[in-house]
Amino acid sequence: MYYFKLIIRNALRHKLRTGLTVLGIVVAILAFGLLRTVVDAWYAGAEAASKTRLVTRNSISLVFSLPLTYASRIRQIDGVKAVSHANWFGGVYVTEKNFFPQFAVQAATYFDLYPEFVVPPDQMREFMRDRKGALVGRKLVNTYGFRIGDAVSLRGTIFPGTWEFVVRGIYDGAEAKTDTSQFFFQWDYLNETLKKAAPRRANSVGVYIISLASSDRAAEVAAAVDKTFKNSLAETLTETEQAFQLGFVSMTEAIVVAIKIVSFLVIFIIMAVMANTMAMTVRERMAEYATLKALGFGPRHLTVLIFGESLAIAGFGAAIGIALTFPVADKFGKALGSLFPVFNVNPETIYMQIAASLSVGVIAALVPCVRAARIRIVDGLRSIG
Amino acid sequence: MKIPFSYTFRNLWARKLTTLLTAGGMALVVFVFATVLMLEEGLRKTLVETGSYDNVVLIRRSAQTEVQSAIDRAQAALIESQPEVAFGADGERMVSKETVVLVNLNKRDSEKPTNVMIRGVGPHGLALRPQVHIVEGRMFRPGASEIVAGRNAAERFKGAGIGETLWFGQREWRVVGTFDAGNSGFDSEIWGDAEQLMQAFRRSIYSVLVLKLSDPARFPELKARLESDQRLTVEAKRETAFYADQSEVLANFIRYLGLTLSIIFSVGAVIGAMITMYASVASRTAEIGTLRALGFRQRSVLAAFLLEAVLLGLVGGCAGLFLASFMQLFTISTMNWQSFSELAFSFTLTPAITVKTLAFALVMGVVGGFLPAIRAARLSIIDALRAA
Repeated sequence: MYYFKLIIRNALRHKLRTGLTVLGIVVAILAFGLLRTVVDAWYAGAEAASKTRLVTRNSISLVFSLPLTYASRIRQIDGVKAVSHANWFGGVYVTEKNFFPQFAVQAATYFDLYPEFVVPPDQMREFMRDRKGALVGRKLVNTYGFRIGDAVSLRGTIFPGTWEFVVRGIYDGAEAKTDTSQFFFQWDYLNETLKKAAPRRANSVGVYIISLASSDRAAEVAAAVDKTFKNSLAETLTETEQAFQLGFVSMTEAIVVAIKIVSFLVIFIIMAVMANTMAMTVRERMAEYATLKALGFGPRHLTVLIFGESLAIAGFGAAIGIALTFPVADKFGKALGSLFPVFNVNPETIYMQIAASLSVGVIAALVPCVRAARIRIVDGLRSIG
Repeated sequence: MKIPFSYTFRNLWARKLTTLLTAGGMALVVFVFATVLMLEEGLRKTLVETGSYDNVVLIRRSAQTEVQSAIDRAQAALIESQPEVAFGADGERMVSKETVVLVNLNKRDSEKPTNVMIRGVGPHGLALRPQVHIVEGRMFRPGASEIVAGRNAAERFKGAGIGETLWFGQREWRVVGTFDAGNSGFDSEIWGDAEQLMQAFRRSIYSVLVLKLSDPARFPELKARLESDQRLTVEAKRETAFYADQSEVLANFIRYLGLTLSIIFSVGAVIGAMITMYASVASRTAEIGTLRALGFRQRSVLAAFLLEAVLLGLVGGCAGLFLASFMQLFTISTMNWQSFSELAFSFTLTPAITVKTLAFALVMGVVGGFLPAIRAARLSIIDALRAA
């Protein structure tokens, strides 16, 4: 208790300096938290992926499609519970800035495979009934203000023309990590239109989604699917949904790595600031430390005082920084709209923030502490800061 | 009268640890700032140099990228016969009818798959891009299952090196050469014969047409005529503009992320400078009083302390810039969201970036030093002298 009181009094001696240092730590811890959250958002798709789903695509690349006839052959493979398919649509809503993913999905089966998309049953029925119907996620509703019954038109970039849809339902995520920024519509609508406009492109599927009876058999079933279509015109590549999503992340890995490096840089910057504060503080108080020593207090006593002060300042700043992380991340996520479908602060981020502030406090006190502990009483009393 | 410069300099020198820590913090911020600008410049340079001003790219209307685009043979023939198209040395029109697809290849170092652009070019494909030169091996032979790889592609992707083979479209493709495209986007691509690639991918249509204008000034005419032609559904862009548009999203992302970070980080560094300067003022109160008593004006004291802060910023700025200049040795390779394919580009330091970075460092110094300098200048002589 006595130590505690002394530490607080000491920290408050230079109110301006302590205040500035705390402010610096708040900014740094906040920035660190936001950057880690951005990195987590990058992996959100893979994080939310189910273990019991496989994705089959053309082995050349996603740009190439697969024939519709593969569906029935995949269904016959042992270990496959259900199959659905989807096409990436890549349409533009009003202007190119409004980016959100759109998928043409086989409505009858797709949502059985994705129980994390929660749709009220009556809306689901309406969606199934309307060939031009669309299901939109909660995040899109919040961003673009879609309502049930609204007409939405998308300009196709892959499939030319203007495509008209009617919003028939709004889905929510079963969990916080579920991506609710997607726009689903009926694959049949796409296919029927293509049959008329570009018959060569009809009856083709972007990806097949396979639901497994048991996740233990993922590797075995994936191999079986690819073997079925080996040496055909459209060879397949089947992987777990997680691996499929991680594939996207790894393509932009350089950016993720850069953000990670920068997030540690900010900690180094604040470490320099904090170390500077402590170095100045200790230098100014050398005469006091010498006095304490002369009175019979040992180096351990000084160590506790200096480390305590450093940790108190870092801890106080970190507490404010962490508390601010939540509202700021929330605002930030909203401002970015659908760029990051899921933007939540993870518990790991908080632990890392705490660890970072602790290490800033400890490392900043290290050199000054050694100096104070080593100083000879005579020299200390002579020192003038 | 001015306070001598050596006074300011010695003050920084006397508190080496503090100066070092403050300038070190600033150097890190400056490093981030400079790196971001260098990255953006590198990306811009790579994509601007990919195109040439007198070339025109034609893609399907609203397709945005080459991969999404489709132009059938009838349309291609119509475009080819336009009067603005230049003639080559062989008397043929300078048009390359190209097919562009993405193929998944694994990276050499991590085995991770990535999208690589495979471009099937026509006979004039090379002549239309004067910056592309074969540096090793030879060009592919038309009609053969042969390909040539860009410098970055050959280095990064498994099977894309000279003498190696790639398997796609039910065929084995032999890499017979490596080309250098002068650090442009083509360096990340693999080229082959358009007709061969179309057969392999079972395509009957081209993706894009690239043509050379006989006179670059006639572009608006050509664009207006082609885009209003009822038989065509194409969009014409100058090649330079086309590639600049391709990088817009990535460039904006780098710019906004980088600037936001720089601003947030600079708050930290400015606070660091402020703490140092306030301490510097506080520990020198008696000195300042003496200076004032000797007849130095408030203005001079203000200037001396501001100069000290600026010097601190300059040291940090130079150190940060020095560190950042080493980043030029690195090449970044990432997926361009718009074209959905891998693109390699390097950090590029230009004189403009050097000036901007140093200005940024100086501003940080001034902002951090301003309030403490005012405090120093405002000290009353008697109180200051008594402080000792």
